[in-house]
Amino acid sequence: MSQPLLKLDQATIRFGGLTAVGDFSLEVHANELVGLIGPNGAGKTTAFNLITGVYQTTAGSIHFGGQHILGMKPHVLTKLGIARTFQNIRLFGSLSVFDNVRAATQLHRAHGIRDALWRGVGFHHGEKEVEKQVLELLDIFDLAKLRDEDAKSLPYGDQRRLEIVRALATQPKLLLLDEPAAGMNPTEKEELMKLIQFIKDKFQIAIMLVEHDMKVVMGICEKIAVLEYGKKIAEGTPAEIQKNPKVIAAYLGTEEDDDA
Amino acid sequence: MPSTIDHRPSTSSGAKRWLLAGIVLAVVVSLFSAQFNRYYLGVVIDCGISIILAVSLNLINGHTGQFSLGHAGFMAVGGYSAAKLTLVCSPLVPDSLKPMLFLVALVLGGCVAAVIGLGVGIPSLRLKGDYLAIVTLGFGEIIRVVVQNMESVGAASGLKGIPKYTTLGWTFTLAAVTIYVVAALVNSTYGRGFIAVNDDEVAASSMGINPVRYKVTAFVIGAFFAGVAGGLYAHHKQFLSPTGFDFLKSIDIVVMVILGGMGRTVGVIIAAILLTLLPEVLRQFADYRMIIYALLIIGLMMLRPQGLFTLGQKKKGAAAV
Amino acid sequence: MDWFFQQLINGLALGSIYALIALGYTMVYGVLRFINFAHSDVLMLGAYAAFFIAPAIEPLIPLPSIAGALLVTLVSALICAGIGMLIEFLAYRPLRSRPKLTVLITAIGVSLFIEFTCQHKAVFGADTKPFPELLPATDFHLFGLVIGSNDLVVVLVTAVLLAGMWFIVHKTKSGMAMRAVSFNQQAAALMGVNINRIIAFTFGLGSALAAVAGILYALKAPGIEPLMGVQPGIRAFIAAVLGGIGNLPGAALGGLLLGLLETFAGGISGLSSYRDGIAFAILILILLFKPAGLLGKATVEKV
Repeated sequence: MSQPLLKLDQATIRFGGLTAVGDFSLEVHANELVGLIGPNGAGKTTAFNLITGVYQTTAGSIHFGGQHILGMKPHVLTKLGIARTFQNIRLFGSLSVFDNVRAATQLHRAHGIRDALWRGVGFHHGEKEVEKQVLELLDIFDLAKLRDEDAKSLPYGDQRRLEIVRALATQPKLLLLDEPAAGMNPTEKEELMKLIQFIKDKFQIAIMLVEHDMKVVMGICEKIAVLEYGKKIAEGTPAEIQKNPKVIAAYLGTEEDDDA
Repeated sequence: MPSTIDHRPSTSSGAKRWLLAGIVLAVVVSLFSAQFNRYYLGVVIDCGISIILAVSLNLINGHTGQFSLGHAGFMAVGGYSAAKLTLVCSPLVPDSLKPMLFLVALVLGGCVAAVIGLGVGIPSLRLKGDYLAIVTLGFGEIIRVVVQNMESVGAASGLKGIPKYTTLGWTFTLAAVTIYVVAALVNSTYGRGFIAVNDDEVAASSMGINPVRYKVTAFVIGAFFAGVAGGLYAHHKQFLSPTGFDFLKSIDIVVMVILGGMGRTVGVIIAAILLTLLPEVLRQFADYRMIIYALLIIGLMMLRPQGLFTLGQKKKGAAAV
Repeated sequence: MDWFFQQLINGLALGSIYALIALGYTMVYGVLRFINFAHSDVLMLGAYAAFFIAPAIEPLIPLPSIAGALLVTLVSALICAGIGMLIEFLAYRPLRSRPKLTVLITAIGVSLFIEFTCQHKAVFGADTKPFPELLPATDFHLFGLVIGSNDLVVVLVTAVLLAGMWFIVHKTKSGMAMRAVSFNQQAAALMGVNINRIIAFTFGLGSALAAVAGILYALKAPGIEPLMGVQPGIRAFIAAVLGGIGNLPGAALGGLLLGLLETFAGGISGLSSYRDGIAFAILILILLFKPAGLLGKATVEKV
């Protein structure tokens, strides 16, 4: 197996007396689809926050692309190639659909503040490229016709898709999706599963998924890690996880559809 | 606040043309300014200075959502710095070079204010809402107290005899530049970052936008232009006193930004003009002027906190959540 | 040594006044999460209330006297409690669902409105008026120090009121409701707490304390004028933040500390003209290094 893209090595974070995530080890390889599941409060979003630099580990380490990421702020990690969506949708409410994605493109752009003020040829050229890039992305996800709408006025499903598109605009190598299926009906979940698979194939990126809906997780993930009270209790293929007695005990039945 | 801001992407071309037109207009009108009534001319210049103050504060408060209540402090720093330079140097400089001296003084004032803005912006980074407002208020007051104790700039009795360099042309040229800088900045891909940081700092940083950099940049640029406005003010009134840059002055500017609709450049400009003209219009009610002003603030916040100029904002169907 | 103790007494007296005012700021912040800028003006209104009531009660109880002072203070405190509740009802309650900054600016507007209206000649006028002598003022000479009776009164009254506040907050149902609302407004409402009543109660209580503080302040001040509340108000607010905003013992501690710091700094030549700046410098330092204040607890934002 080649070098893993993301490597968590006994990653731990303590908040005062509470160990939110303890000794969590996991490897995610390029273009792999990994699921992270566990009962409520197991530390899944906390793990995401550790990977994206929102929190810093108090013990253990996290490496991304071979680099130790301790102390790196979220925006630095995004530049390295980690992007995410949030459990509660966090779009830029006062920006349009177009601008939400546009804002996420600037980290890889060469034209910054000086160009914005000087407005020379380099600036206009850069802005045209940004427009092209954003419209292409929006088009792929069928949001192009909504480009000038206020992001917050979109229907829920479109907002979720927009959040994913925005994350993709940062050209990530690893995409973290935090409960993307929350609040969706079965049809929407089916489409979401196809969408995630499509993203993985088209953009050739690794995806890590926190999700409560077992159909979604078992349906698309190649590998699943299970957290309980901050500790990893199991890791394996969907088939292995479904039969794992520890996992079953933690959930009291993995066949039930856990609707968040 | 996010629901009241409107940010349509403007065409990236054409901004420089507006700037040029603005400057030409300012210079042309200025050539005729000798014909104008002295008093009204003074009021118009006051409006121009207010525009610079309001638009520069708008970058900090409106676009980036940092609630700064100490803008008068930057104005004071810029005004005093510029005035000190001209007071010292103008006897040494021939008349033909005096405009050059003025420009240098204004830029100096802006730069000193910008450095102070850096000093205020960096510590303020992790504070939000109320706390940030109080800290910036505190900085503004500290600046005032320090100036009040500096003998070299006249301390409490003020700085007198500043040469009258400010003209209509200077004021509105610089106003045009201020508007251009803030608008051109915010309406670029880079500039969307300011609004992103305002809307959701955590999400913004997850999209590669460095909130620290944007907040500090907003403070520094905002402070720079407030300093320039201070310099213009000093060479217009020819007298500076620390009491003129107190908390009330900062509130004046904040009200302009809120009245104009935080983040709406055009609205803020109109509000600046209106609020500068208001004391003139209410001059006959001099006794009640401040009471009316206070009622205006209360009324504005209770009835229309999104500002007066929100026409044209499209009403969308409710988002399904 | 004498100088030290003299400053200590002065500092405690000043700090006591700050503590009383700070309690009002911190209680309102605890319950509503917002800084009531108009609080400092209630202080001023309390002093003016006493100013007008004192001559009115002369026929009943001659002044200066302890009974007279008590009566005047009680009536003034009640009036200001009413004013405080009125302000909350008219200006803040309608905005309860709005962003915090909207209410903050409104509070600034209310404060300015009160100040400017009172400055108008038809109301109080902007001039400084002499404050009536409510208490017989004597100086006690102890250990080579001069201790004014007014200073003693300030410290005593503050101590009594602080004890009273502690009792109310910890031993009464209303106090418990106040604490519940400050922890979680929604949960408190679900538990049957009448939010509107408790908030009104909080404002009333805080305003009454401010009125007493205003009277105590006026006892030593050269006179009263409409802007007299501004400076003490700012200091008291900083004291509340210093102690941990939302934290009652913190407000008392912060008030005393700030009073002491200011008095000692004011006694050191070269530093005295920067007295105003010192308070703000303390504010900024606290917010930068320990924003939760000396006795407060830091909260972590959940992502």
